[in-house]
Amino acid sequence: MSENKVTCLHDKHVALGALMSPFGGFDMPIQYKGIVEEHNAVRNAVGVFDVSHMGEVRITGPEAQKFVNYIFTNDITKMEVGGIQYGMMLYPTGGTVDDLLVYTMGENDYFLVINAANIDKDVAWINEQAAKFDVKVDNQSESYGQIAIQGPEAEKTMLEVLSLDCSDLTFYTFKCVDYNGDKMIVSRTGYTGEDGFEVYASHDTIRDMWDMLIQAGVQPCGLGCRDTLRFEVGLPLYGDELTQDITPIMAGFGFFVKLDKDDFIGKEVCAQQKAEGAPKKLVGLELHDKAIPRHGYEVCNENEEPVGYVTTGYRGISVDKSIAVALVDAAYSKLGTALKVHIRKKYFDATVVKKKFHDKSYKK
Amino acid sequence: MSKIIDGLYYSESHEFVKVEGDFGYVGITDYAQHELGNVVYVDMPEVDDEVEAGEDFGAVESVKAASDLVSPVSGTVVEVNEALDDEPGLINKDAFENWIIKVELSDKSELDGLMDAAAYKAFINE
Repeated sequence: MSENKVTCLHDKHVALGALMSPFGGFDMPIQYKGIVEEHNAVRNAVGVFDVSHMGEVRITGPEAQKFVNYIFTNDITKMEVGGIQYGMMLYPTGGTVDDLLVYTMGENDYFLVINAANIDKDVAWINEQAAKFDVKVDNQSESYGQIAIQGPEAEKTMLEVLSLDCSDLTFYTFKCVDYNGDKMIVSRTGYTGEDGFEVYASHDTIRDMWDMLIQAGVQPCGLGCRDTLRFEVGLPLYGDELTQDITPIMAGFGFFVKLDKDDFIGKEVCAQQKAEGAPKKLVGLELHDKAIPRHGYEVCNENEEPVGYVTTGYRGISVDKSIAVALVDAAYSKLGTALKVHIRKKYFDATVVKKKFHDKSYKK
Repeated sequence: MSKIIDGLYYSESHEFVKVEGDFGYVGITDYAQHELGNVVYVDMPEVDDEVEAGEDFGAVESVKAASDLVSPVSGTVVEVNEALDDEPGLINKDAFENWIIKVELSDKSELDGLMDAAAYKAFINE
């Protein structure tokens, strides 16, 4: 346990009585009140998450734009200052190093938000690629705390509790705000399928804001419901739906891979898979029974021969069904295909469905 | 503070047995339901299935994870708590009241290897 890092809000989670567990190298809150209550707070009202474990890397220098576009699948040349893009960093094999957000801070000035578990790996990867470019790579992960305010009442909460008017921010844009002398980044982003904001600031500012939100009665939410929320709306988690063996094309995220831009790492394999079809694909599965498919469970064809595995599965919360996302051989990926999931000693019937089980309600 | 009831038998994997004559009602303890959180599914055996002490006979699933059910006793399943099919959350409301299976005990001496309420209380407070 002592090997895990802690976020700047760790003592507050413990004081709130959160169930704590290791995630991505950090000792993180899984739940406070209960996953179902917290999930529903975000779908129906508002909740606040400590996501300070996420990593932040600043890339600047004369070739920053050229460099980021070379390691990132989306096309950052299409972005203006204040814009954000989602995409992936790939290996030359097309497998995924990480999925991330890129914030355009200024000309040749980018802020990358990466997954906690991948910070060391990503920074090493970025530095390795950066050798051929005139750029400066600065891992700022330990300087920033981060909270996410998510749910249909998020905009109102930002204004009323934190005095931050965010009505001017559209989906996937951000602004820099001076807050008691601290420069912070506020973006209309999230990982829940609901409207919401993420705030990056110094540890002290994040602690102040957290206290204000909790005192105002905003539900603290743990990583437990963060996972059920993102899963229901078809958002991937690195390690489950995206790995070094899973390309964004296999995962169905080809939209974020811009094959019409200049060369980028992994382009060749993605182009080939897009043209010829990927050998494996991520699909949604709906079980006909109440049994719950979990990460790693075997997925079989009707003859009970293995054709893939479950990447994430739950008894849905906003969707009252046992549902999963699975990586299967492409031959079994068509909507309506009958498959089986091996759960403990039995095989349960399932049908291939869309992997967006619940509709997103973003404010565009 | 978890509830513990006198007169029941307890296992280290947090199942309880409530004995009535030749039969035992098996479920999970209040401590276990609290650790699991919202129970969303209970995978139960069928009537007439044989269970064996120390062997899995199903699972209790919370939102987050599946937890195997390990039978503290051996015997034949004579009844399963079908109410849990429709409302698995009953286990969170009262874990001791909402037993999972009723077993016709084949070897009552197995009960001697289980903990009593006092021993279980000490066990979970370790």
